[in-house]
Amino acid sequence: MTQLMNENGIRCDGRRIDQIRNVSIKVGVLKNADGSAYIEFGKNKILAGVFGPRDVHPKHMADQDSGILRCRYHMSPFSVTERKNPAPSRREIEISKVIKEALQPAVILKDFPRTVVDVFIEILQADGGSRCAALDAASVALVDAGIPMRDMVSACAAGKVADKIVLDVNDEEDKEGQADMPVAYMPNLGKVTLMQLDGILTPDEYKKCLETAIGGCKQVYEIQKKALMEKYFKNGEA
Amino acid sequence: MTSSVIIEQLKREKILELLSQGKRIDGRELHDQRSLSIESGVIPKANGSARVRLGDTEVVTGVKIQPDKPFPDLGDKGILICTAEILPLADPKAEPGPPGEEVIELARVVDRGIRETEMLDLKQLVLIKDKSVIGIFVDSSVLNTDGNLFDACSYAAVAAILSCTVPKYEIKDDAPALVEGVTSKPPIKTTPVSVTMARIGDHIIVDPTADEEACMNARITITTNSDGNICALQKGGSDGFTNEQLIKCSEIALSVGTKIRKQLEQLM
Repeated sequence: MTQLMNENGIRCDGRRIDQIRNVSIKVGVLKNADGSAYIEFGKNKILAGVFGPRDVHPKHMADQDSGILRCRYHMSPFSVTERKNPAPSRREIEISKVIKEALQPAVILKDFPRTVVDVFIEILQADGGSRCAALDAASVALVDAGIPMRDMVSACAAGKVADKIVLDVNDEEDKEGQADMPVAYMPNLGKVTLMQLDGILTPDEYKKCLETAIGGCKQVYEIQKKALMEKYFKNGEA
Repeated sequence: MTSSVIIEQLKREKILELLSQGKRIDGRELHDQRSLSIESGVIPKANGSARVRLGDTEVVTGVKIQPDKPFPDLGDKGILICTAEILPLADPKAEPGPPGEEVIELARVVDRGIRETEMLDLKQLVLIKDKSVIGIFVDSSVLNTDGNLFDACSYAAVAAILSCTVPKYEIKDDAPALVEGVTSKPPIKTTPVSVTMARIGDHIIVDPTADEEACMNARITITTNSDGNICALQKGGSDGFTNEQLIKCSEIALSVGTKIRKQLEQLM
């Protein structure tokens, strides 16, 4: 078993407990999509493409009063150590659902009745925290597609590793650590739109973990904004 | 608009109007659960079973225990698999066929609550390391739906596990063989209790009915263990929670959970 934290509080990938992995986001990477983004979040490599508002198929899914949001989170067979069966697993179906519900509070689809906005997420390489990184890319891709939004959705996990609350749990820490809490947050509205927890936390650790994760979301938010500015304001000035 | 749509709309308005006065449509307090009845041993052919009625939501869970191969990366642990399904007889909207995302989420949240609290000491269920272990299969079937399937399935699953007996297997000629007439208690470490809450406007209500779920902005399920820790959590629904609301929800989950835990532990 790998040592998750050394005596100086440095984690197995060299980070401090309050440090997120390197994150880079590129906006508008897919020609055919209405909006797209590519994110590298640590070793995660993820593409998000947004299509729509467009006609709904199958038609019975259409809502007469509003547009609908659909989301597919999918892992490429080569994205993990052991080849993953390309058919959607139960885990991927659940993650697709929670990602959709994390984005729904942000998008405003009332003006597009009987249409759908499709968000397709492809995990090309997975590290820990792929659902949060996927959400970060999807949110930026929705902005790039020009979908009206109340706020950005920024996501980051926190967790418990070697008895300490740490920000942004990586793959080893997720597998060997004590708790993992992915969180998505709308930074301007102050609302948590995705939250899950695996692992045992005392009530105090729970509060600290949630606060730490929200802090991470705010850091990611700045990176998302910068990425959008790079595309839409060439000099990086608003 | 069909008449059923009009009734739905009227109910919705009534629920919201009552909530603004701090009341619920069925007369409960905001943090009260519906009446919960738990009956164990309802399926004698199963190694453990329970039937749970949470208001009008009804679930039966059976536990089957049999030897199996361990997961490749977990050779020193027995297998635990929890599933859940909504039977087509449970709801006019339910259909036979492969499970949709809601049912998959239900099964995974029930499984996560039992797994992450480490309810069972799976290390005690190994026959030969890396080769042969005992598998505990916990299958829940929803018989009637009226909201909060998460807690109903979770209580039924926990009750079925608490009341199960583990048959004894011995290795003979390299294969596990049943030892007739010898059973033991399951290796229980803690009693997980899930508490599901809905947020409607600024109100947090415990154990929403189907009508209340139709009005909710967001949902959260929090599972706690016997030591008062928070072990599993799932947010659902198409809106969010503030940080303060999430802390309040954790406190509610702990206090409501304590009462339910007593009721569940009477089955041991």
